[in-house]
Amino acid sequence: MKLTSLLTGATLALGLAAGGAWADKTKVGFVYVGPVGDGGWTYEHDKGRLAVEAEFGDKVETVFVESVAEGPDAERVMTQMALGGAKLIFTTSFGYMDPTINVAKKFPNVKFEHATGYKTADNVSVYSARFYQGCAIQGHIAGSMTKSNIIGYIGSFPIPEVIRGINSAYIHAKKVNPDVRFKIVWAYTWFDPAKEADAAKVLIEQGADVILQHTDSTAPLAAASEAGNVIGFGQASDMSEYADGPRVSAIIDNWGPYYVERTRAVMDGTWASVNTWNGIGEGMVGIGEITDRVPADVKAEALAMKDAIAAGDYHPFTGPLNKQDGSVWLKDGETADDGTLAGMGFYVEGIEGDIPN
Amino acid sequence: MIVLEKRPQPSRAWSLATPLVAVLATMVFGGLLFAVLGKNPVEAIRIIFYDPLFGEFAFYYRPQLLVKGAPLVLIAIGLSLGFKAGIWNIGAEGQYIIGAITGAGVGLAFYPLEAWYIFPLMVIGGALGGWAWAMIPALLKVRFGTNEILVSLMLVYVAEQLLASMSLGLLKNPDGFGFPGSRNLNDYASANSWISQDAGMHWGVVAAMIAVIFSYILLNRHMLGFHIRLTGEAPRAAKFAGVNPGRLILFCLGASGALAGLAGLFEVAGPTGQISIDFNVGYGFTAIIVAFLGRLHPVGILLAGALMALTYIGGEIAQSQMGLPAAAIQVFQGMLLFFLLAFDILTNYRVRLNTRKVA
Repeated sequence: MKLTSLLTGATLALGLAAGGAWADKTKVGFVYVGPVGDGGWTYEHDKGRLAVEAEFGDKVETVFVESVAEGPDAERVMTQMALGGAKLIFTTSFGYMDPTINVAKKFPNVKFEHATGYKTADNVSVYSARFYQGCAIQGHIAGSMTKSNIIGYIGSFPIPEVIRGINSAYIHAKKVNPDVRFKIVWAYTWFDPAKEADAAKVLIEQGADVILQHTDSTAPLAAASEAGNVIGFGQASDMSEYADGPRVSAIIDNWGPYYVERTRAVMDGTWASVNTWNGIGEGMVGIGEITDRVPADVKAEALAMKDAIAAGDYHPFTGPLNKQDGSVWLKDGETADDGTLAGMGFYVEGIEGDIPN
Repeated sequence: MIVLEKRPQPSRAWSLATPLVAVLATMVFGGLLFAVLGKNPVEAIRIIFYDPLFGEFAFYYRPQLLVKGAPLVLIAIGLSLGFKAGIWNIGAEGQYIIGAITGAGVGLAFYPLEAWYIFPLMVIGGALGGWAWAMIPALLKVRFGTNEILVSLMLVYVAEQLLASMSLGLLKNPDGFGFPGSRNLNDYASANSWISQDAGMHWGVVAAMIAVIFSYILLNRHMLGFHIRLTGEAPRAAKFAGVNPGRLILFCLGASGALAGLAGLFEVAGPTGQISIDFNVGYGFTAIIVAFLGRLHPVGILLAGALMALTYIGGEIAQSQMGLPAAAIQVFQGMLLFFLLAFDILTNYRVRLNTRKVA
């Protein structure tokens, strides 16, 4: 017998045997790439899990496994959750994409939600947040506040999501400060406090007085705090513990409402495969409290931009914009389409250096 | 008063018993740790050690033990040869990565051609890649007397950078929308190491078994194996016996590199499926623990690999079923090595209750 039919048979049998006990309890699984205590990416996903528990109380049971390596380990953890009776599984890292699709094939009755990927199936949805909207606001604040005109950027991996953030931040920093320069360091990790701290220190030594990060720990903020006259932003989470120090604002991922909505859909039997890409307007991306360290006029401009983006009046990628090689990307007034943004593999004009490959 | 007294001969009985005692001690103290965390210790130990083998879903977990254990055993067998001779290859993780890159590279070069000879060529490519990467510390040691521990370890980080570069550049999937990572070899029949995915069988499992047998024969029945053991146990005697230390270094590092490279190739062509930035998950380092846990003996390594795989898989189940933090599972695995080394002292020393009064 094929494993597929074996597994389906086993889950069926289980469902029947334990039907009484489980009938009114929906099991929801979460697979995390980092520890729940990372203070950033995984921490926010876990807050989403807790939101599901708070919303449905006794009607749900949530389970999670943290620090799961991308690859065969992830596949095993997902299979194990599905065997354990989970009806809905959130896989919260880009690298879980192929494992999610593989496991979903074996469990047609279990729904899967994969964060930041692009492969869907009848029982696999993808969802992501428009972080680049937050990066635009960060760029505006960063460009207005830098004195050395050097902004340091800690990238995780050179994938479209991160490149989008760099471009968005750069465009808006340049708009308010034509002399601004970006220095970009690739950490090749989502979560490694030691590496992130090193990257921040290198950037500060090279004269950066603003640090932007697309990695998940608070280590860059700690490094900025140590250096003194350097500001930074919370990434993925508010990181408000640094609000008295270097943190002037934050991009916050707010997964709770989405997780609650999708869990409800599974309970109601209305779940369908979707491709969700929400931003500030829908509440999936939040902007953390802008502190008093930011001049009042800059703060007002930043908040105005946030409102305009939320209302759909302003798109962070609005022409005229050229690519790094000088060729025209967007004509005057033209806005970028989601397809181009989703696969973005180029810098905009003015950013120095090459995307590593 | 308790004193330690050196044994005239290392105790053979204790040498065999310490791994078992270490496992028992780990269960007891790990259980205490889980109890302190507010979890039922008996249930946790049962989930970790019993459920994957005999629990409700054992039909799924047993094959997974092969998938998780095979690369550990394959790499550890290679490492044990060098460790026996006092040649310390700490960089198996790097050789594993390079083997995966070269092996997958060979396969992807043929894409989309389907032919029987592609997989054998990939196997050769993977072994050669790992071998060549291990030759760097080997040749530097033979020629300039550099320290192979440092050189092989440092080359892991070089290999990781190379892996990132390959995932983003040369081997990137042209149909991958600009995302990093190669094509998935599971979708390419000729470049696939699976024999039966349902049974957890891929050619890496077969290779691990063959490596165990060959290593046993080599160490027990072959002159080269005798030289390896002799060099480790009595370097001066080895010199008189005509052992050429340079050749031995080249052989031990080369063999362990080739086996690590093979493990990488089988992994990328099967369970993982693709070259990606996060391809390596630490098998090369965990294999060092496996090698010592198995007393550097081929059969011991086989058992130790199975045990490590069990704690990984059982640990994951315990996490999701009981909400145990990942760190507690890692501490639990660390305890295993700690207790092994601690109880190891009983192999060379005996505990005496000293009733004599000191004059």
